[in-house]
Amino acid sequence: MKLVTGIIQPHRLDDVKVALEAAGVRGMTVSEASGYGRQRGHTEVYRGAEYTVDLVPKVRVEVLVADEDAAAVTQAIIGAAQTGKIGDGKVWTIPVEDVARVRTGEHGPEAL
Amino acid sequence: MAMSEFALNSGNTAWMLTASALVLLMTPGLAFFYGGMVRTKSVLNMMMMSFGAMGLVGVIWVLWGYSAAFGTQGNAFVGNPFQYFGLVGLTDDKSLMAASGVPSLVAVVFQATFAIITVALISGSIADRTKFSAWMVFSGIWLTIVYVPIAHMVWGGGFESPTGWVAQHISAPIDFAGGTVVHINAGAAGLALALLIGVRKGFGKEPMRPHNLPFVMLGAALLWFGWFGFNAGSEFGADGVAGRAWLNTMVATCMAMLTWLATEKIRDGHATSLGAASGIVAGLVAITPAASAMDSFGAIAVGGIAGVVCALAIGLKYKFGYDDSLDVVGVHLVGGITGTLLIGLFATHHQSAWYPVGASDGLLYGGGFKQLGAQAVAALIAVTYSFVVTIIIGLAIKKTMGLRTSEEVEVSGVDLAIHGETAYETIGSRATMEVNA
Repeated sequence: MKLVTGIIQPHRLDDVKVALEAAGVRGMTVSEASGYGRQRGHTEVYRGAEYTVDLVPKVRVEVLVADEDAAAVTQAIIGAAQTGKIGDGKVWTIPVEDVARVRTGEHGPEAL
Repeated sequence: MAMSEFALNSGNTAWMLTASALVLLMTPGLAFFYGGMVRTKSVLNMMMMSFGAMGLVGVIWVLWGYSAAFGTQGNAFVGNPFQYFGLVGLTDDKSLMAASGVPSLVAVVFQATFAIITVALISGSIADRTKFSAWMVFSGIWLTIVYVPIAHMVWGGGFESPTGWVAQHISAPIDFAGGTVVHINAGAAGLALALLIGVRKGFGKEPMRPHNLPFVMLGAALLWFGWFGFNAGSEFGADGVAGRAWLNTMVATCMAMLTWLATEKIRDGHATSLGAASGIVAGLVAITPAASAMDSFGAIAVGGIAGVVCALAIGLKYKFGYDDSLDVVGVHLVGGITGTLLIGLFATHHQSAWYPVGASDGLLYGGGFKQLGAQAVAALIAVTYSFVVTIIIGLAIKKTMGLRTSEEVEVSGVDLAIHGETAYETIGSRATMEVNA
């Protein structure tokens, strides 16, 4: 099993959700995040004093998938989140040792 | 005036009762204006400096403040605090507003609201780092030996009044609603305290973003609303001069907001909401001394000039390295001086304007330099007296009880350390409860 995590622009979330559903993903976790990469932050001005804000708002999408689905899910996120501008985000995949469904106590791929 | 029988004028009295409530509302408005500009960890303390001033100044004003500022036994510099101590013996024919047919107690309340906001204004220069106890002690002493004498000198028949020394030797200075008494006075005191107390940790290096700009906008709106009572109420009656002051208070402020925004747009690239709120206050400050003494063109010019001058003046603290945290100097001292001096250019006795006997028209209205000279002297006296005496009071408090909180308190936040409260519930701040009653 794999955990696919995408950090995306907040305004792309709706499209990413639609793309993931189309790729057969039935559940996901979404959280608000903040950070920066090459985009860096932005500046704000208060009574003439410029402040640089490093961390900009992002959305984190996490999806647990079977090993063979990871590449397709990654591609679905990229396809829906991409605008071509700096700040579009990152997607990465890491192996997951075990997954349990709390309601039934099932383990492994059946719990996905 | 004193020997005539008092004849009640119910129209004027109704207006002055209303105006007093309007001006009192300015201080909670100021609390929002200032409170929104500080960080989350010190918003309650910032607001409490205004509310604390309301409590203390209101009581002192009734006990000895009014008597020392507006009693009839004064010399050129101060009145007798014991003449009407607790307002005993103050009759309607002896009050400041006797000629308008307004009862003496209404005059006391109206003037109390001015004293309250003047003290509260100072607190903006010492945000985030002042002991609340020191602030309260300072407020009582400052009211008594700085505000009261200046109010007496300008409005209570003293040195700078239409019958005083400056009027006899140059021209009668015009300060209709408090350019010198309120704004130059509070601004100079704010500068003195900011210098004494020192900069906040991280000043000029760490960002100190205003935590709630909608609060700042709300505060500016309440200030503007209350300021109609402040300026038009200073006529002490409901008449054409009050209407002139009211109109000038509106149009100068509109213009100042526009020019502040234009200045920002050109300098920083953005017209900001904080700039709009600041421009409003700068315009209100500048038109305060001039509200009754200008035609509409003069009022628009004063507002427009004040918006630019104050927008540029707020940068001075970074150049000179004093931490006037919320720009009491840049807005109130500079705005007050701007309005006070521009009277020397734009004053006119036409179009419902009020004029003290002995005042001249401004330079651009054919009156020559006389009025400009009188205005400069009035501004200089207020700056000097307020700055010097505030330094003395501040030093005395610094050497005895101390002005400033510890660095630990300043970094962790004065709200929690001093008041035992936090303004907002944040993640991890859930509490358990114990009742002390």
